[in-house]
Amino acid sequence: MMRLPKFEYFAPTTISTAVKLMGGAGMDGQFVAGGTDLYPNMKRRQQTPRVVIGLEGIAALKRISGDPLSAGLTIGAAVTLTELIENRKVRKYYPVVAEAARLISTPLLQNMGTIGGNLLLDTRCNYYDQNYEWRRGIHFCLKKDGDTCWVAPGSKICWAVQSSDEVPVMIALGAGVKLVSAKGERTIPVAELYTEFDGIRYHTKEHGELLTEIILPPTGHWRASYRKLRRRGSFDFPVLGVAACVWFEADDETVREARLVLGAIAPHAMRVPEAEGMLVGRPLDDASIHAAATAAHAIAKPLDNTDFLMYWRKEMVRPFVEAALKDLRHPRKS
Amino acid sequence: MSKTNPKPTRVVGKPYRKVDAAAKVMGLTKFADDLVRPRMLYCKILRSPVPHALIKKIETSQAEKLAGVVAVLTGQLLPIAYGILPVSEDEHALCIDKVRFVGDPVAAVAALDEDTAFEAMNAIEVEYEPLPSFSSIPESLSGPKSKGPAGNGDESESWRIHTYGESGNIHKVVALEFGDVEAGFREADRVREDVFFYEGSTHLPMEQHAALAEVDGDGKLCLWSSTQTPHYVHRALAKVLEMPGSRIRVIATPNGGGFGGKSDPFQHEMIVAKLALMTGRPVKVTLTREEVFYAHRGRHPVLMWVKTGVKKDGAITAMHFRTFLDGGAYGSYGVASTYYTGALQTVTYPIANYKFEGVRVFTNKPPCGPKRGHGTPQPRFALEVQLDKIAAELGIDPVTIRRDHLIQPNSLTANYLRVGSTGLAACIDKVVEASGFKKKFGKLPYGQGVGLACGSYLSGAGLPIYWNNMPHTGVQLRLDRQGGVCVMCGSIDIGQGSDSILAYIVAEVLGIDPFDIRVLTADTDLTPVDLGSYSSRVTLMSGNAALQAAERARDLLVQAFTEKYGVPVSRVAFADGRVFDVEKPEAGISFAQAVQLAETKFGTIGTVGSYTPPVSHGKYKGAGVGPSPAYSYTAAVAEVQVDPQTGIVRVDRIWIAHDVGKSINPALVMGQVEGSVYMGLGEALMEEMSYRGNRNTVHKFPSLLEYKSPTTLEMCDVKTFLIEDPDPQGPFGAKEVGQGPLLPVPPVIANAVYDAVGVRIDEIPITPDKVLAALRSKGEEHSPQEAGVTLGTREPHRYGPHTIPSFDWPDPVRVRTPWEGGDGKELLREAVHAKE
Ligand SMILES: Cc1cc2nc3c(=O)[nH]c(=O)nc-3n(C[C@H](O)[C@H](O)[C@H](O)COP(=O)(O)OP(=O)(O)OC[C@H]3O[C@@H](n4cnc5c(N)ncnc54)[C@H](O)[C@@H]3O)c2cc1C
Ligand code: SF4
Repeated sequence: MMRLPKFEYFAPTTISTAVKLMGGAGMDGQFVAGGTDLYPNMKRRQQTPRVVIGLEGIAALKRISGDPLSAGLTIGAAVTLTELIENRKVRKYYPVVAEAARLISTPLLQNMGTIGGNLLLDTRCNYYDQNYEWRRGIHFCLKKDGDTCWVAPGSKICWAVQSSDEVPVMIALGAGVKLVSAKGERTIPVAELYTEFDGIRYHTKEHGELLTEIILPPTGHWRASYRKLRRRGSFDFPVLGVAACVWFEADDETVREARLVLGAIAPHAMRVPEAEGMLVGRPLDDASIHAAATAAHAIAKPLDNTDFLMYWRKEMVRPFVEAALKDLRHPRKS
Repeated sequence: MSKTNPKPTRVVGKPYRKVDAAAKVMGLTKFADDLVRPRMLYCKILRSPVPHALIKKIETSQAEKLAGVVAVLTGQLLPIAYGILPVSEDEHALCIDKVRFVGDPVAAVAALDEDTAFEAMNAIEVEYEPLPSFSSIPESLSGPKSKGPAGNGDESESWRIHTYGESGNIHKVVALEFGDVEAGFREADRVREDVFFYEGSTHLPMEQHAALAEVDGDGKLCLWSSTQTPHYVHRALAKVLEMPGSRIRVIATPNGGGFGGKSDPFQHEMIVAKLALMTGRPVKVTLTREEVFYAHRGRHPVLMWVKTGVKKDGAITAMHFRTFLDGGAYGSYGVASTYYTGALQTVTYPIANYKFEGVRVFTNKPPCGPKRGHGTPQPRFALEVQLDKIAAELGIDPVTIRRDHLIQPNSLTANYLRVGSTGLAACIDKVVEASGFKKKFGKLPYGQGVGLACGSYLSGAGLPIYWNNMPHTGVQLRLDRQGGVCVMCGSIDIGQGSDSILAYIVAEVLGIDPFDIRVLTADTDLTPVDLGSYSSRVTLMSGNAALQAAERARDLLVQAFTEKYGVPVSRVAFADGRVFDVEKPEAGISFAQAVQLAETKFGTIGTVGSYTPPVSHGKYKGAGVGPSPAYSYTAAVAEVQVDPQTGIVRVDRIWIAHDVGKSINPALVMGQVEGSVYMGLGEALMEEMSYRGNRNTVHKFPSLLEYKSPTTLEMCDVKTFLIEDPDPQGPFGAKEVGQGPLLPVPPVIANAVYDAVGVRIDEIPITPDKVLAALRSKGEEHSPQEAGVTLGTREPHRYGPHTIPSFDWPDPVRVRTPWEGGDGKELLREAVHAKE
């Protein structure tokens, strides 16, 4: 077995104690929710916090509240993926959120993994998600302990891949997140939680900030879908994720606004405005879907740091975007 | 054994549960890592982070100083080399002056707990002087050329991964010719050449290797290990530790899967044994999952070139088969693997003239070795796909081309393998009919297809790994006056059910309940030698030994019974735990009473049985690999869906029929068939032992998450048929099932993909990017590699290798085929020249 390094563990029961503990620990501290990302990383010595602050005991982070039909639904950051999949309101009003959760890892990991942890999932790379000895064998890399990026030697930045299934969905929906620290709290759109093109400092959250909730927009004349590409039907991280959300005119199927987000092909989830533009002002017909898929295909430049060949992953953008958009053509019956 | 009217059986042929099933499902089975001994130390092994380098210095003082560290071990203390094959004893417990791949063990520590051992391991400093590394077949073939041992001043000498072998980094070259292939090609109506590649894969047993060593008060060493070959481990330990074998005991613990990956004596076994001797305390090691990837010994990547000549009806007039094996850093079973890539081509469809050339190279990667099917799935893939192409060219359907040219029972092949029973015709008929192949082939909508492929495998290798004339297995049976029966055998249950087979056979003969039998296996102190759980040998060989021992015990009981009751021998029956007169069943005695009678008459009742395979017919150099007492046969049909937009292949269903001779337990046989399909599916579609050539030849991703192997969601439906045509060599007619059913799976999927979308994927695994590339490729002109018959036909779109490296093959060993009046011996060189 790979073993965890030694650390001190705290189990606060309120948000305020959690952020206070984090304030005290400073850069040595880290929050843990389900631990399905953090603990493997610690075993691999990618992250070695001395103080780990568990969130599972904080009841306030485990609630799902609000009204989808008016203000929207608020999901506590420590709600597990299984709870999300099984929650009746989520299933009824935000099936895309439940669907993306269902596609994450395995049922066992879904029982532990949380939505908050998923949004803050570390970026991934074949040269990075390896144990210490392996990484030492390649003299480490830019993201941790080394000075070269093996994916793009000569590159000053890290290209590790944003690999969460919910991030593209939340960006497409225009969800918001609430961040709380000893200094205060703020609510920002999910899209602003992430930086662009930086696999190392991939989010804008300050170290001491606790993600407390995710705010889903109210339902209305929009529909959303998510398609995931991976090797196997379970376990595997996405090597391409396509989230689409389309707002229709009140009385017909004309597209008023569209968001198309590609996940797992770059250090951040990428919106594709070129493709979105192709969809607006007309119904989702074959021609507009095809044009959007072509635009998405053109901007997608996956690198060789996940499963599968990068050329093939790029080729898959077209059929996966088409499939995600076709999913939106007819309202789903729930 | 008569085929007609076999005696009805009570245990054999029935789907009993395994004798160890209850413990397994309740989590009570003690695997090696479950063992804990008082005062036990934990061992960790430091491994090389570089693929090829000289070791300049190993500094252990920091590690030794750490509190809790009891011993640190380096290779100097274990200078003797070992290896599974006597011809390639090229491994050391710990590297001494050179490391050969990322993961090669360099030093080891024993400490009070695992954390300390881990810390100490990382405190050891090793200074390396890097050498050029070799990561592929072409690189190794064109590497250093020299032959001698290192030290003659030439710098590139040290570039040789080993200083033995043919030359440079070429480990082994084989060249054999049976009959005259050139003449055979001249007789052919069509000649075809193809190039194929089959990627390496690893076994992926759920249980990581683990071993525990302990020295008892009188200085005897005991090693518990998750090994498939306790006997070979026993031999290697005696050699490396320079201790008499009589003072070493090896106990193989139940294996949580092996598949060939636990068939070599391993470094970690030598290391804990030495550490236990040094410290006087028990020492345990459990490999991490990454270390299991480095221990490897899995499927060799093989590049193949096949030239086949056929008559219009598909009869094979000649076949010339070339294989290039990427062996990794050590010999392991590699010499045998090399021969195996050329041995079993002949046992399915008669080949009039056959030539085989094979070369194995060393590369700076974890060593390859035997994985389920050992050396035969790669050539079988090439052969079955090429046959499909030939059928298409000749306008014959894939069923007919095979069905019309099957090896005959009780015949000799061109390379002197003796085929006894064969149920291949029945296997083909079964799957063709059940799948509706004839209605589907060539007729399903675009994107859907069916394919057919066959295979055959050994029921145990005819020769042992080290040269000797002793039996390959032995069984001792002890009968207790309470009625207890203990069967003792050196065989190890790796999940295949070999313990149960012993119990079923003894129970059948003695008429008792298999669950009343004590099965004691795989303990070199207590059980007679069995060579190990490899080459699908255990049911046939230890089954025969058990049968012999049980029949001898029964004879003793019969003698005592007839003497006492005056019943004629022919009327004594054993059933339901009783011994009785068939004419008057109610008037018998209990089994225990029968044992008492026998013990009174003869003294303590114990019998032995053993098994030695028949002498093989081939006498030429290299004839040792391929012979077997019996060959199993398999045929499979697959139905697949191929998405032409993505290239993703989905296997819906596989119909598979396996000729097992006779099922000792049909449930276990089916389990092996389905497990083989599953493993074959993984190889066919996704598994790859791949390396980062640009980054130090490091394994691409030694983890269970990123080494892609199918989950239950990728598993196809399997419809299994068992064909029973008892083979006179097997116990109750049984042949093998553990490996053979894997063989048709990769080619059957490739053939079905062709039927679905019209592209040939001549490379395993068949990944979606390859299918898409083939779909988008232009059809190519068929261009044979060598002067031969140019077909001039436009080939279907294809993905696969185009050429093989040029290589200077030696003159082959020439043997006349049986139908040329050959005697199995190679022709003298002079005779060869005279003939030319
Ligand atoms: C085998 C395997 C397969 C996987 N497959 C997928 C997959 O297909 N798709 C996918 O998206 N993910 C996958 N994952 C990753 C992971 O399981 C999920 O993303 C999960 O949702 C992470 O949640 P967690 O609660 O376990 O995170 P944790 O490990 O607890 O935390 C992850 C990170 O977020 C931080 N964090 C967590 N909660 C908070 C908070 N409230 N405030 C501030 N910081 C916080 C932690 O400090 C840590 O840095 C997989 C993981 C494994 C081991
Ligand atoms: S993208 Fe480059 S720097 Fe980032 S993790 Fe991968 S190899 Fe390291």
